[in-house]
Amino acid sequence: MSPNFIVSSSPHFHSGNNIKRIMYLVVIALLPALGGAIIFFGMKVLWLSLIGIFTAVIVELLSIKIGFGKTWKESLSRSFDGSAIITGLLIVYNIPPNAPFWIPIIGSAFAIIVVKQLFGGLGNNFLNPALAARAFLMASWPSLMTDFSPLAGNMRGAISGITNPNGLIDAVSSATPLNVLKSATRYLSDPSMHNKAVETINKLYSPEVFKSLFIGNIGGVIGETSALLLLLGAIMLLITGIIKLRIPMSYILTVFLLILLKEIFSGGELIIGLKAGLFHILAGGLILGAFFMATDYATCPITPVGQIIFGIGAGILTFLIRMWGGFPEGVSYSILLMNIFTPLINRFTKPRILGEKK
Amino acid sequence: MKSFKGGIHPEENKITTGSLIKEMPAPELIVIPFSQHTGAPAKPLVKKGDRVLVGMKIGEAEGYISSPIHSSVSGKVKDIRVMPHPVSAIPVLSCVIVNDGENEPDPSIKKRTSYDTLSVEELKNIIKEAGIVGLGGAAFPTNVKLSPPPEAHIDTLIINGAECEPYLTADDRLMQEMPERILEGANIIAKILGVKEPIFAIEENKPEAISKMKAAGANVVTLKTKYPQGAEKQLIKAILDREVPRGGLPFMVGVVVQNIGTVKAVADAVIYGEPLYKRVLTVTGDGVKNRGNLLVAVGTLFKDVIDFMGGYTDNTIKLIMGGPMMGISQKTDTVPVIKGTSGILLLKGEQANIPHSEPCINCGECVEVCPMHLVPTLLAKLSENGKVKMANRWGIMDCIECGSCSYVCPAGIKLVQAIRLGKYLLRKERSKK
Repeated sequence: MSPNFIVSSSPHFHSGNNIKRIMYLVVIALLPALGGAIIFFGMKVLWLSLIGIFTAVIVELLSIKIGFGKTWKESLSRSFDGSAIITGLLIVYNIPPNAPFWIPIIGSAFAIIVVKQLFGGLGNNFLNPALAARAFLMASWPSLMTDFSPLAGNMRGAISGITNPNGLIDAVSSATPLNVLKSATRYLSDPSMHNKAVETINKLYSPEVFKSLFIGNIGGVIGETSALLLLLGAIMLLITGIIKLRIPMSYILTVFLLILLKEIFSGGELIIGLKAGLFHILAGGLILGAFFMATDYATCPITPVGQIIFGIGAGILTFLIRMWGGFPEGVSYSILLMNIFTPLINRFTKPRILGEKK
Repeated sequence: MKSFKGGIHPEENKITTGSLIKEMPAPELIVIPFSQHTGAPAKPLVKKGDRVLVGMKIGEAEGYISSPIHSSVSGKVKDIRVMPHPVSAIPVLSCVIVNDGENEPDPSIKKRTSYDTLSVEELKNIIKEAGIVGLGGAAFPTNVKLSPPPEAHIDTLIINGAECEPYLTADDRLMQEMPERILEGANIIAKILGVKEPIFAIEENKPEAISKMKAAGANVVTLKTKYPQGAEKQLIKAILDREVPRGGLPFMVGVVVQNIGTVKAVADAVIYGEPLYKRVLTVTGDGVKNRGNLLVAVGTLFKDVIDFMGGYTDNTIKLIMGGPMMGISQKTDTVPVIKGTSGILLLKGEQANIPHSEPCINCGECVEVCPMHLVPTLLAKLSENGKVKMANRWGIMDCIECGSCSYVCPAGIKLVQAIRLGKYLLRKERSKK
């Protein structure tokens, strides 16, 4: 007797890789930074994260069930594919530890409903949901979103000793390293403040501060503080092949080189330029953004050359915003702007087909 | 190690690399399709009731791109009628023969005492009359491939022993067991093309084959084990760093590629006067009791081959002609072995599971692995939406359907299937004009 055979189009084998595996590996890669944030900022961070994740998953489930009319089984399976968890977690990574508990609820709901599901769900959103939510929260509650005042009983490492050069700047909002640097730089041109500003900048570029920046006991949004712990996760993603180096490398290198060039062209020494470049990599959200958000599959280009252009573009924008923009930090807006260019970049970076004329 | 950009490394599963080629006796009923090659079907030369002999020509080539067909047994023609075919979706005109078991050879089959004196045209004619086609898959008539246009300057002959499909070991075994004959066949082809020395391209996962071919005096290039290393364009890129122009053929860059099985068939035809009526194939997978490499008469039904190997195991649910990446899955086991059957793969249970398709997450894995440097996910989306003109601009016709993209897709999207649809729609649109 001949069995009943399944007939299908080739290939007949599959690697076994799947969306859930990818998404949960990203979640795992984000966990070291969460652990660090809990140590630096306290248990509140954990509760914020759980609220963000819970909201994202529930809203995802209801959107798929009600909005797309899927069965409960499929809706549950899709809402637990890990992508909503990443969005919820990344939103919390992008808010200050002082944020009230309702902030991640609003952020997650906005990200999932408006940014992701209204555009067709997984893979179809054109903006990174977590970053779009951050922009939305920044626009709606700017003071809450930039409240970096120290939490009681928590360390702030080397940065706490260095504040603004003249006390004019509100201590509440000046606690992030990029903030301090930006205000100090502003006072460089003021003759009466010049020396103090130089002193502040020198302190910022000291080995102790670099150490703090690398380890992470500095002010900032929840997920961005520890370069070390973020890089640990990033290395895991690179080894497992989930992300490629093209975007993070081109992004970070562009920021570094532009800062270096600017220092040199404004008459600075090479060593100061190098220090400034490194400072801009470690301080702020560049590492978090470059490895975990600019690499978001749905919103970055799919072509290898396009990915490098995307990284360079984000790097230029971050440089421009940090140097001349109204905010001390520019990573999230840079990535969002580049997200908008993604379809265009894809279109003009079609890979050269084998045998196509060079 | 030489290779190309892109590609994948699926589990090799070359379980049968050590099993000697065993000759399977031809069964009682033989079904020989008149179309086993690219090009026009052969014209039947026999009718119901005729007696045929082993190696007797029963079908004549119709036109330039076509190939004659020979009987693989001696016996009586039971019928000339359409029968199920392992490649064609619609039944194909075939010669049904009842084997008398006597194995009486056709008198035309004679070993040549000397073939050095034969001219290029005589050699090509022998190859044509022997019904030799490319045994690697596409079954393109070999004599046509050996007759490039006069303006082409062929300087390289590559003998393709990459056998990059997982599971298959037929070429591997041929190289291990008869390296001299294969080298002889390759030299004959080199003479036809006016090329000095053929290059044998073998993947590094076949150390035995490499050392045997080297010992026989062949010029061997070892290639990285990577799928689809054996695809012509990738092979030429890897070995010579030449790129076959889009939509073009290897002769345009001075190259001819011939598969190991084909080369052996050329040697058989030129030295022994034997036409192509049997071939070596691998019977493998968890869905069959015994696995091995067999020399099988063309026209033997798959079910007889499977019975010869001990039959199905429990839960066999997929029957594939060829390998797991580019093989054709069969509805029934009553299809015959044809010239292009490189293997019979039987899968059971979970092995044959195809993942459920989810939405594309734009991860770009398909772009990374595409050996033609296409953007498979975009081609698939355009195809499914009928946007064939744009798909054409993005190179849909360059797709070699190797299956690397579908293999890696984490969303389980049937990219190759969608691209095939797009190609079909595009051809349809073109033929309208």
